[in-house]
Amino acid sequence: MSTDQTGQGGAQAPGSSGKSAGPDHELLQLITPAGERISHPEFDVWVKDITDEQLCSLFEDMTVIRRIDVEATALQRQGELGLWPPLLGQEAAQIGSGRALRADDFVFSSYRENGVAYCRGVDLTDLLRVWRGNASGGWDPYSVNMATPQIIIGAQTLHATGYAMGIQNDGADSVAVTYFGDGATSEGDVNEAMVFAASFQVPVVFFCTNNHWAISEPVRLQSHIHLADRAAGFGIPSLRVDGNDVLAVMAATRVALDRARRGGGPTFIEAVSYRMGPHTTADDPTRYRDANELEDWAAKDPITRVEALLDRKGLLTEALQQQVADKADAVASELRRGCTTMPDPQPLDIFKHVYSTPNSWLERQQDHYARYLASFGDPAGAVSEEGAR
Amino acid sequence: MTQMTFARAINAGLRKSLENDSKVVLLGEDIGTLGGVFRVTDGLQKDFGKHRVVDTPLAESAIVGTAVGLAYRGYRPVVEIQFDGFIYPAFDQIVSQVAKLHYRTRGTVKMPITIRVPFGGGIGSPEHHSESPEAYFTHTSGLRVVTVANPQDAYTVIQQAIACDDPVLYFEPKRRYHDKGEVDEAADPGSALPMDKARVLASGSDVTLVAYGPLVRTALDAATAAADEGISIEVIDLRSLAPVDYEPVVASVRKTGRLVVTHEAGQSGGLGAEVAASITERCFYHLEAAPVRVTGFDIPYPYSKLEMHHLPGLDRILDGVDRALGRPNSLSGLEG
Repeated sequence: MSTDQTGQGGAQAPGSSGKSAGPDHELLQLITPAGERISHPEFDVWVKDITDEQLCSLFEDMTVIRRIDVEATALQRQGELGLWPPLLGQEAAQIGSGRALRADDFVFSSYRENGVAYCRGVDLTDLLRVWRGNASGGWDPYSVNMATPQIIIGAQTLHATGYAMGIQNDGADSVAVTYFGDGATSEGDVNEAMVFAASFQVPVVFFCTNNHWAISEPVRLQSHIHLADRAAGFGIPSLRVDGNDVLAVMAATRVALDRARRGGGPTFIEAVSYRMGPHTTADDPTRYRDANELEDWAAKDPITRVEALLDRKGLLTEALQQQVADKADAVASELRRGCTTMPDPQPLDIFKHVYSTPNSWLERQQDHYARYLASFGDPAGAVSEEGAR
Repeated sequence: MTQMTFARAINAGLRKSLENDSKVVLLGEDIGTLGGVFRVTDGLQKDFGKHRVVDTPLAESAIVGTAVGLAYRGYRPVVEIQFDGFIYPAFDQIVSQVAKLHYRTRGTVKMPITIRVPFGGGIGSPEHHSESPEAYFTHTSGLRVVTVANPQDAYTVIQQAIACDDPVLYFEPKRRYHDKGEVDEAADPGSALPMDKARVLASGSDVTLVAYGPLVRTALDAATAAADEGISIEVIDLRSLAPVDYEPVVASVRKTGRLVVTHEAGQSGGLGAEVAASITERCFYHLEAAPVRVTGFDIPYPYSKLEMHHLPGLDRILDGVDRALGRPNSLSGLEG
């Protein structure tokens, strides 16, 4: 887990120059589903610094976040979390892009980017606070330069664009990166964000994970053309990348970041992936999608493919597999401990932080509620279903 | 002291804020080159540049949503919604983002955003240009909602709103933009009456008349007219609508025993209902009569030839005062 401090040193590479956003978007791929590394004349240069060791580390991160996902799903089933939005199948899209970012870039994501949050260094316990019902946001956004996840679909794309306007005003070379799904591309906010980003040419990357499903609605309901092709209408260059290919995602993200840092404005990335699991733990995908489809995508699994590549390179040693498994176990156990030992919030906490300055309405309501609670021996009795009187 | 129009006073306040804090940026439609459709931002882009006074594409949700991003970055955005009726496309960003982010981030991210909204009717415009949507926002926790009723307050309160770390909706009574008044530009907003305080404008002993925004002037006129009939009205400019500063209203009603609240917005679920309920809770045993609401009707804002029937005018307010006093009035003899 680390962020990219080196980038591409400002090298002018072919992928960064052309604002090609034609109708016949090829799907950028650097690793085939069988694990074969295929060369690409434009994009190889963007991952040429990825050593064998880093490839192993990408494999480790992807494995760890899958394990986080499995553990969190189990915690939900065991009643420790109210809900969890799984990312199963989207590990390459999240780790490939998340690790391309610099520490001073700022992420505005949806609720499914737990892998990106892991790359940003979000504390494991903080990942769960919202889903355990202990808070409305898990962490201090400034401590990791990542906003707390957005639940309103697409709203965060405007925040990223505004943040990028601020970066531009400040003369900085950091980038705002916003993550959203295929469903979000139909939202007005996402379209307005692209209008503003293009108009002001601000340093923002629109990272769209096309996981093919918005709860029960297939992507073809949102669009009859590739999502990447929509960007051309806004005058925004776009890339369509195999979202299950960690190297291709990293290359595409670096191209977009580099363009933004050099004043070239926004880029739209469509990472073509698949939501292998349900929308959330409350969803039942068997009601709306074909099991065969899942099988097809399982054959393109992002982790299996890196594993196969490592194997071809003779890197998939028992020692590596053991090390990765140990790390995943350790993280899962830390996650579980953090979840089950999280202190419960106190009743009057609900009044905190509504405003940053005193508010006479709220102070009165809080005071009255505190008196009400105090009228019970045990405050929990005040809200029990059967009542305490 | 300088004599200036209401619009000019807001302009002077914005200028002061732009001068005092480099993080203040203005966003809106037509606010730059044109200086705003009401000229409230006249000359500011010329003096502060296109990155501080930003003409935006026509998308209200994006204007507010990018302000959220700027606030994340440490800026203090002041956005203009061109007309009250144009604010609804931005409703989600205001209600679900601007209002909630401080709470959602447990106080780590501040949203010092000021949303300027010219509001109210009386200017002969077509639909969507004369609305009073304030109650949508007073009902939303996390927002502060203020109104201004005279050039001095317009000048001072806009600076207080911008300096406030909470998001503020600043409602400007557009039909009063050309009213003139004395403005002390040397006045320090930090030592002036805070924006969340109400102000007693005229003291009286018979009836408490609560108004805000465009109807404050009408209320004062009503008090003058009533005085000719020997009725003494205490006029309170509410100023802040969220939170409402109840102390002066409570003190006044304990003295007069009678309350009339007036606003242009429709009656149901409006500020008048909130004030009447709260004052009834707090002053029940001091009230001599039921609180009276004199408001716009629960109709879409009407076509301009009839808008003066919708807007509470001096006589309708006085009719309400008569009702509160138990004097003969248009509803005499009606139960409830």
